Amino acid sequence: MEKTKSGIGQKSWQYVKSNPIVVMLVIAAIIVGFTKDNFFSWSNFGNLMSNTAVRFLIALGVSGCLITKGTDLSAGRQVGLAACLAGILVQRANYAGRLTSLPEMNMFLVLGIVVVVGAIIGLLNGAIISYLKVPPFITTLGTQTIVYGICLVITDAQPIGGFQQGYIDLVTSKLGNTSGFHLPLLLFVALVFGAYFWFLYNKTRHGKYMYAIGGNEIAAEVSGVNTGKTLMLIYTTAGIMYAIAGWILAAKSGGASTSMGMGYELEAIASCTIGGVSTTGGIGKVSGVLIGVLVFELLKIVLQFLGVNPYYNYIVQGLVIVVAVALDLRKYLAKK
Amino acid sequence: MSEYVLEMRDISKQFPGVKALDHAQLRLRPGAVHALMGENGAGKSSLMKCMFGIYKMDEGQIFIDGEPVEIRDPLEARAKGIAMVHQELQPIPARTIGENIFLGRYPLKKLLGFIPIVDHKKMYEDTAALLKRVRMDFDPKQQLGTLSVSHMQSVEIAKAVAGNCRVLILDEPTSSLTQNEVDALFRIIEDLKKENVAIVYISHKMDEILRISDEVTIMRDGQYIGTWDAKDLTTDFIITKMVGRELTNLYPPRENVPGEVVFEVEDFTSINPRSFRHVSFNVRKGEILGVAGLVGAQRTELMEGLFGIRSHTSGTIRYRGKELKINRPKDAIDQGIAMLTEDRRGSGIMGVLSVADNISVASLNKYVDFGIVLNAKKINNLVEENRKKMNIKTPSGKTLIKLLSGGNQQKVLVGRWLANNPDVLILDEPTRGIDVGAKYEIYCIIADLAKEGKSIIMISSELGELIGMSDRVMVMCDGRVTGFIDGKDANQENVMALATQFE
Repeated sequence: MEKTKSGIGQKSWQYVKSNPIVVMLVIAAIIVGFTKDNFFSWSNFGNLMSNTAVRFLIALGVSGCLITKGTDLSAGRQVGLAACLAGILVQRANYAGRLTSLPEMNMFLVLGIVVVVGAIIGLLNGAIISYLKVPPFITTLGTQTIVYGICLVITDAQPIGGFQQGYIDLVTSKLGNTSGFHLPLLLFVALVFGAYFWFLYNKTRHGKYMYAIGGNEIAAEVSGVNTGKTLMLIYTTAGIMYAIAGWILAAKSGGASTSMGMGYELEAIASCTIGGVSTTGGIGKVSGVLIGVLVFELLKIVLQFLGVNPYYNYIVQGLVIVVAVALDLRKYLAKK
Repeated sequence: MSEYVLEMRDISKQFPGVKALDHAQLRLRPGAVHALMGENGAGKSSLMKCMFGIYKMDEGQIFIDGEPVEIRDPLEARAKGIAMVHQELQPIPARTIGENIFLGRYPLKKLLGFIPIVDHKKMYEDTAALLKRVRMDFDPKQQLGTLSVSHMQSVEIAKAVAGNCRVLILDEPTSSLTQNEVDALFRIIEDLKKENVAIVYISHKMDEILRISDEVTIMRDGQYIGTWDAKDLTTDFIITKMVGRELTNLYPPRENVPGEVVFEVEDFTSINPRSFRHVSFNVRKGEILGVAGLVGAQRTELMEGLFGIRSHTSGTIRYRGKELKINRPKDAIDQGIAMLTEDRRGSGIMGVLSVADNISVASLNKYVDFGIVLNAKKINNLVEENRKKMNIKTPSGKTLIKLLSGGNQQKVLVGRWLANNPDVLILDEPTRGIDVGAKYEIYCIIADLAKEGKSIIMISSELGELIGMSDRVMVMCDGRVTGFIDGKDANQENVMALATQFE
């Protein structure tokens, strides 16, 4: 029956069959869009874009860990630490509740600092996983807690405000008419990183080694792949991505607190899985990650428009995560 | 009552794009060994999976004692007396023999009259009885992981025949066994025959088939070719029927001329005292050195040691007089050594990746432009070159490697190593699990490489192949080299004599 269809038709049908969650959520969004006012509006669109952009950066970081059959549960807390650290350092010099006595810092210098901190945490994750052979799940569960602890220590669990206005303005800046059609700057940031990761995954040795490790780590090692170095690089890159996301998030929210980024790792993992990054390793594309994040953000907006009690969001999102992974595993089970 | 205990008639099974079974047949007599033969992909495993209820057949009917039956899942198959010992054993090494045998159907007793708990006493008593049935005298409480592969297999057979077993499927049971262990397995099979069990025996090894089986059914491309009495068959006849054409030579003519000694290993000793020790040997340029030994002779361990997968405490490796420092596979690769590992799925292929990704992974440094960008065209050239040279049957370089047959996967792996143009090639069981036609092609590739002047070290547990291909045979026993035999003089007897020279 499929033979009668054209090439594109068959391909789209194949996509529908292998990505039921994406299709279902898009349909849900369309239905909600036509039944609720303001869903198809520029402000909603802009919101979706900038929310997606931040989550996309985090998901890109996690994707490398997932493709190598690992995971990174410290992602969310690393985002939180980066946001808090950035928040502390980027406070106005004349702000009363200032937490440091350092001189006012340039926001890009702050970005540099949080990136270095993120890289160090990521490197630590990678080193523990590849040289001490602690499973990624346990390693990052441990660092998750450590990072949260550090975050509490440096902030004394106090919310942080009083950011330099330039920092907030930059991150939330938009191209185009703010009340009409506009594109948030973050969209372009996300696209640049998306392109970079696409290049990394498809055109470099590092990318090929990453897929090889996910496909069969022992075979990769035997083939001369420096698996330890590759894994360290993957987790370090991930740490850097969380740091950048945290720096953006603090400005986007106009403040930071220790609860920031909580649960983001699960959202990122879920988005990757919805987008076709397989938990069995070796499979996953940057385009898939983007679709996954987009669909997951769409889901949140749909729930919001339906007037669902925000507390229920967790239940729905949790269900989507489990169903997405179950469907993903089924794809490979069915072929056995 | 039917003369057949189990009969499969006109079984067809379609998968997307492939017809796995096309009106296949099988008739099993009680108390007889029925060999099921065919190349990889001929449909043997699919047919067994239909019998065992793992696959749902599209057409056809199964009869037991002449009565039509339906088998929907393995549980039903077991209830009807069908048992299967899988090609790859799946035991739980950390538990005892008894627990492995009774996994999932532990005998129960009632504590205080109503709380069901496992009856360990009965379990271990039953285990002891079952072990006796497969000629093993082990403590049922011994941890399974401490047993050898062949004993683990005997445990699997004991597990399979526990209860009312009428049909036993053995899928490639001897692929990791030594000659002595094969003999032990055959004694178990003879016992089971006397108990009127019908045995389906799947194997690629001709001599075994002719020795053990009563009847032979041959399949090709999912179709039933025919059933013959084993005593009327010859190896040539079986091969002709299996491949559908005449195969004149088992081994290609070799034109390699061994030259000067280039690769030398001296006093090589493992960090594990029970593994290889004080091993010294050399290989000449353009020579094929065969490595023979029983399972447990530490041949693979030795080669993995040389390649840096395992650690060694002492010993030197030299190539053309220069000492090589090897601590991990990358060191060996950088210094011109390649190793095709024994376990194709475990340490060879990356199943979910494409043929192109698999073939290029060890030599990616060669296809980089501007110091960073991979050149897809160069990688594609590598794929095409190998495809032509080795006749790799794949629709394209983008095809996932797991979709290829074992022989073609192996050729891709050989291609992976040749891409680095190594001087020394270590091949560990290069033809394991590969069908007859592809085997010959692999032999040709090996012979060509030797002719080009590469030094080849080949481990094989198939003596025929080892003797047929090697210029020299090195024999190992229990971690030591027990002798060398010239390829021309090597035969089953003198190799086995050295292989069993225990201290």
